[in-house]
Amino acid sequence: MTTTQRLSRVNAINWNRLQDDKDLEVWNRLTSNFWLPEKVPLSNDIQSWNTLTQQEKQLTIRVFTGLTLLDTIQSSVGAPVLMEDARTPHEEAVYTNIAFMESVHARSYSSIFSTLCATRDVDDAFRWSEENPTLQAKSELILERYRSDDPLMRKVASVFLESFLFYSGFYLPMYWSSHAKLTNTADLIRLIIRDEAVHGYYIGYKFQQALAEATPERQQEVKDYAYELLLELYDNEVRYTESLYDEVGLSEDVKKFLHYNANKALMNLGYEPLFPSSVTDVDPTIMAALSPSANENHDFFSGSGSSYVIGKAIATEDDDWAF
Amino acid sequence: MLVDAAAETLTAGSIIYFSTKSGNTHRFVQKLGLTAQRLPLGRDEPMLQATTPYILITPTYGGGEAKGAVPAQVIRFLNDEHNRRLIRGVIAAGNTNFGDAYGLAGRVISEKCRVPLLYRFELFGTDDDVAKVRKGVEEFWKRQI
Ligand SMILES: Cc1cc2nc3c(=O)[nH]c(=O)nc-3n(C[C@H](O)[C@H](O)[C@H](O)COP(=O)(O)O)c2cc1C
Ligand SMILES: [Fe+2]
Ligand SMILES: [Fe+2]
Repeated sequence: MTTTQRLSRVNAINWNRLQDDKDLEVWNRLTSNFWLPEKVPLSNDIQSWNTLTQQEKQLTIRVFTGLTLLDTIQSSVGAPVLMEDARTPHEEAVYTNIAFMESVHARSYSSIFSTLCATRDVDDAFRWSEENPTLQAKSELILERYRSDDPLMRKVASVFLESFLFYSGFYLPMYWSSHAKLTNTADLIRLIIRDEAVHGYYIGYKFQQALAEATPERQQEVKDYAYELLLELYDNEVRYTESLYDEVGLSEDVKKFLHYNANKALMNLGYEPLFPSSVTDVDPTIMAALSPSANENHDFFSGSGSSYVIGKAIATEDDDWAF
Repeated sequence: MLVDAAAETLTAGSIIYFSTKSGNTHRFVQKLGLTAQRLPLGRDEPMLQATTPYILITPTYGGGEAKGAVPAQVIRFLNDEHNRRLIRGVIAAGNTNFGDAYGLAGRVISEKCRVPLLYRFELFGTDDDVAKVRKGVEEFWKRQI
């Protein structure tokens, strides 16, 4: 059924003999990006936290609890099943790094909670997460694929988790940050967002490599399953989003953020984006919170004349440059 | 190999690009459907020599930092003064998840080579990106001639 050749035995890993040099490149990137929540001065957000209404606090804690669940799944189930499917010992090693980093992410939310929130409110949110039908549904949709014996669909589900499902949650700290609130918390979330980009990229890359070896029929089947799963997850995300954000009036913009990220998740799998640009036009202040230069006019082509500025001096630090 | 430089200069839409094994940038350039040459991936392969003015398209690889943002193969290509003299603009690929470092390779090259950063796109770009770049590149060369 599958074209994936799993590793059949354990050999001592030799990082000086690579079957795929992406493994080393990504390993190096992930290890040099390593961080811990202690790096971020979360306590500087205490004052800001106290300016939120009780409703806004509850929303924020719930959103972070939902994110904690996804990181927990990825750390304890997702990365380990990908490890089973690994085709090189180095790929396996990269997943051990991903598994650990997901634990760091999950742990970070608890650091935010212990720094900012009342214990009782947090306990309430964890209880909410266990009972919330849409949160449980998304977890089940992913876990179902992880439990299946289909290495390709495991990777599809994993990329959707990494590159799509987190974003209904990531929206909120970007929103607070764009209102100059919880800015240290947002800094921490940005570290997580950066990590998730490499995770989604790498798992998607390994997916495309394995898929290329499958028969055309099998490729078509996987593609159909992938879009089907995305739409199922999407419908559920819309409900999840509305249940959380309707009361603060943000649902419609969060949905645009979902479309925008669903497209990127599909691209990580090598598939064409699904949502047209008319529904991916996320509020520019959110995009700026995500990537401060995102809205800078680098669109020289649209020719608004003054738009062209050569970037300000950037310390390049690369010794390779010879000029 | 002798090239008639004057004649070649007029072939509009010359593109030189780099893309790693994940091939996103390659895919974007294929969708553009313009004449393009890909920089060699291997460090031991002979380096490409530009023969006409060109626009460079490159992904960003610094993982959020300036160091490593421009792939080593692209740096090697630009270290050649002849290649550098022919660059007219740069387009950068990346991912906004890298925050301030989104498409940073484009900003670094723009600044070092004193050419405009023409456009940025994510991963292999949307249809909108492809249409904008195709039209933009065409008009860009018209203005250059
Ligand atoms: C290890 C790694 C580091 C990256 N660093 C950045 C970055 O600093 N800024 C950015 O905008 N994109 C960054 N990206 C995203 C890539 O530029 C993007 O995935 C691109 O489509 C890759 O192009 P390619 O497949 O043609 O090599 C990074 C990707 C990886 C895997
Ligand atoms: Fe994570
Ligand atoms: Fe992740």
